Amino acid sequence: MSIVFSLILLPVVVAVALLLIRGDQARGVLVVAGSILIGALSIYLTVRFFISGSANFNLNENYEALAEFVGYAMMAIEIVLAVVIFALGIKYKKYLASLLAVLQTPLMVWFEFSAGKDIEVEHALYYDQLSIIMALIIGIIGTLICVYALGYMKDFQHHHPDEPDRRPWFFFLLFLFLAAMYGIVFSNNLVWLYFFWEITTLCSFFLIGFTKTKEAVNNSFRALIMNLFGGLGFVLAIILLGRDSGTLELSGLVQIAAVYTSQVAAPLVLLVFAGITKAAQMPFNSWLLGAMVAPTPTSALLHSSTMVKAGVFLILKLSPAFLPTSSAPVSAAGTLAMMVGAITFLMASCAAISQSNAKRVLAYSTVANLGLIVTCAGTGMPGGIWAATMLIIFHAVTKSLLFLCVGTAEHNIGSRDIEDMDGLFGRMPRLALFMVIGIAAMFLAPFGMLVSKWAALESLIYSSNPLILLMVVFGSSVTVFYWGKWLGKMLAIVAKRDNIQQSVHKEEWASLGSLVALVIAACITFPAFSQKLVVPFIVSVYGGMVPLESIQFFLLGTENLYIMMIMVAVIILLPLLFLGKGRKKLAPIYLAGAGLDDNLKFMGSMQKETEFSLRNWYMEGYFAEKRMNLIGIIATVLVIVYVFASVLAVALRGGV
Amino acid sequence: MTVMEFESILKIAVPVAAYILFAPLLGGLLAGIDRKITARMQGRFGPPVLQPFYDVLKLLEKEAITVNSSQDFFVGCSLLFMIVTGCLFFAGLSLLLFIFALTTASMFLVAAAYSSNSPYAQIGAERELLQMMAYEPMVLIAAISLYIVKDMTFNIGDMVSSGVPAVILLPGVFLGFLYILTIKFRKSPFDLSMSHHAHQELVKGLTTEFSGKTLAMLEVAHWYENVFLLGFVFLFFANGTLAMAVVGVVVCLLAYFLEVFIDNVNARMKWQFALNSAWIVALTFGAANMLIVYYRLFGGGV
Repeated sequence: MSIVFSLILLPVVVAVALLLIRGDQARGVLVVAGSILIGALSIYLTVRFFISGSANFNLNENYEALAEFVGYAMMAIEIVLAVVIFALGIKYKKYLASLLAVLQTPLMVWFEFSAGKDIEVEHALYYDQLSIIMALIIGIIGTLICVYALGYMKDFQHHHPDEPDRRPWFFFLLFLFLAAMYGIVFSNNLVWLYFFWEITTLCSFFLIGFTKTKEAVNNSFRALIMNLFGGLGFVLAIILLGRDSGTLELSGLVQIAAVYTSQVAAPLVLLVFAGITKAAQMPFNSWLLGAMVAPTPTSALLHSSTMVKAGVFLILKLSPAFLPTSSAPVSAAGTLAMMVGAITFLMASCAAISQSNAKRVLAYSTVANLGLIVTCAGTGMPGGIWAATMLIIFHAVTKSLLFLCVGTAEHNIGSRDIEDMDGLFGRMPRLALFMVIGIAAMFLAPFGMLVSKWAALESLIYSSNPLILLMVVFGSSVTVFYWGKWLGKMLAIVAKRDNIQQSVHKEEWASLGSLVALVIAACITFPAFSQKLVVPFIVSVYGGMVPLESIQFFLLGTENLYIMMIMVAVIILLPLLFLGKGRKKLAPIYLAGAGLDDNLKFMGSMQKETEFSLRNWYMEGYFAEKRMNLIGIIATVLVIVYVFASVLAVALRGGV
Repeated sequence: MTVMEFESILKIAVPVAAYILFAPLLGGLLAGIDRKITARMQGRFGPPVLQPFYDVLKLLEKEAITVNSSQDFFVGCSLLFMIVTGCLFFAGLSLLLFIFALTTASMFLVAAAYSSNSPYAQIGAERELLQMMAYEPMVLIAAISLYIVKDMTFNIGDMVSSGVPAVILLPGVFLGFLYILTIKFRKSPFDLSMSHHAHQELVKGLTTEFSGKTLAMLEVAHWYENVFLLGFVFLFFANGTLAMAVVGVVVCLLAYFLEVFIDNVNARMKWQFALNSAWIVALTFGAANMLIVYYRLFGGGV
């Protein structure tokens, strides 16, 4: 248990130290040392896990006083934070935020002092395979982003010389975020989970608003309000669960759901709703897109290893409770997750086509992929959980790499527009190669994301909802288009470009290089991941409910996994085959006979030398961002209203 | 090694080897027949049936010229992945894996065209991406429908060896697949990304900047591709019996003839038509048929 505690507390200690330190050098040392320590501790936990298996911690035996103290401390912090949100809401005239703060925190406090007081939590903390996977993602990818931020924020400060240096605050928030994430993945006590959940909301609020421009403030409040809605759902779920079922444990909730499905229908739906807000699913996707105003490390952190992953983590943990049973053939919460996820996947993928801002493409792709994860988790079936977990892993590694690459490109070419990235191979060859690896890993066979998509398709056939299947089919076809055109733009070889790669900071290279290595390693070793962590997780979750053979049936066959591995190896070795064969005579490209032999200009009318430029296709007429969002929001709101109404109807019927 | 193991390896190795060796011959021959039929339809005598082979042999002798050093690499990868994709198909592995590998092979080609930074090649490349987006939903719907009617398996080997011929339950999916096959073969009215005849706004599209050996590789890749695409058509008929196998091969040839015919009676349409019509076909013929077999098996629906 001490490791779990230290994983939550160590980032807090580092965060506080970073808040106090002003010097560049000291901060660099502290961030790197802290990151290494946190990463090493996560790996140590993994090793411990492989030796002695998963663990549940009962604090009531020896640590009762400690547990009680932690409970009160959390409550005190929550109250302070509620006051802060209330005050900020008043100051910036965002009264909805203030209202939500005074609504949910008193509600929570009231519950904890009344009904909640008598409910005993047996296991407040735990870790299992899924926690280990998440801990590795947070501990390795999250910290790599923090290291990257060192170099990036130097540039950032350099670009904004008239701003006061608020980097201590920035790094404080980054590390606090990591601590909260550890809290989420290790807490079985829903009240604790809720506390960490709210901390991530607050951290993202401050990080998004970091630059304090008008846009940043507006977007940060949007993120805050949307996530406070989710938080309110969380509070209500806890209260209903405590009142009706007398438990405040995540594991207890899932166990009860297997037998008395209708009794926990409402809390499940509310928790899925909370997950949807945090995972930036439609209709709440706009907060994640707005989060782009923040410095790039923030986006990378929010999109890959923290925040949105907390949302899908919660839904994934609840997933076994969605398993259709004979008494409840359709799970309301499962339907909510599947429908909202599938609609989001389709509409966000479409919207990505119309974007030329690289960060917005990445953001829509994140929203879409999270949608797919939520959809898979919503099936409540072993295959769905397998696909969702694999998607989480691959998405975390790849998306963080891509965000950081775009951040570095932006600082060096002065633009984050994909149109400005043509010929990047000439200007920043190594960075371009990293980006190409990242993009290819997002959508091409035989890389990991595609393996997970494949598994998702297979498992969705059993979701008893073929419309979802259709949405995923169309969504994945659209995905190929937007990645393909970006990839093409990167690969275009434009004549006469100077190499400007030298100015990239070494911290940035270190992080980018490690992430590329992780992407490749993940693609090669994923069958091991599957066998050692994901499948045992599924077996432990479904052990009693589903026969073992049928679990195997839902997973991609091992032979398929090996074929994919061989294909990855072939792709890595391919360039070697063509090494040294490039000694051909070079000819200029065809420009209808008017080219000027430098591949940049042609002879226009009146003998005027004209430079040509090539632009990608954004298909506004089909996939205009506004329209895609509108359709998605209307559809998902209808789904949410429908599910809430039907659950409420059942509850009312039961009450009478 | 036991006899059983040996047999199961043979079962995979023989078709794969046959594919690698004979698919280009068959594909080249089909291309020659295509040109002959096309010529006759247009009132010309046409080239000899073996002309595609002569063309490729001639291309191989041309001087090695390129616009940049990375383009050849991508085209080579595209050919290699086309062959791999076909091998996955004829080894009887997962249909979904096959579809995804095909996407990768096509992406290499798109990458080659983009890398030239030539206006005509890049227009072709983007249109190729559009065509992929247009046909992919129907292909995936076909795969899922086959999965449902073939006793819940994506394994091509199992699909062709038992059950009822899929086309009986999936006539709509079959028609939808034939429709997008025109896009996949890049025949008029969907010869948007490249064309066998020079068009002024496109020149040769995707292939504008390829020459000599590179162009020859691309031709051969197409031959490989055409063979396994017709193999997909075959999936709708095969059920392990000789009679249905014969029917399947005949239908494949008819389908090919149909594509040639369509090519000759249509002018090129705008890209909007390709995208709209392919998605509408997928949503009506494809999706409707898929929903029917889905609800027939799992129950549910209204």
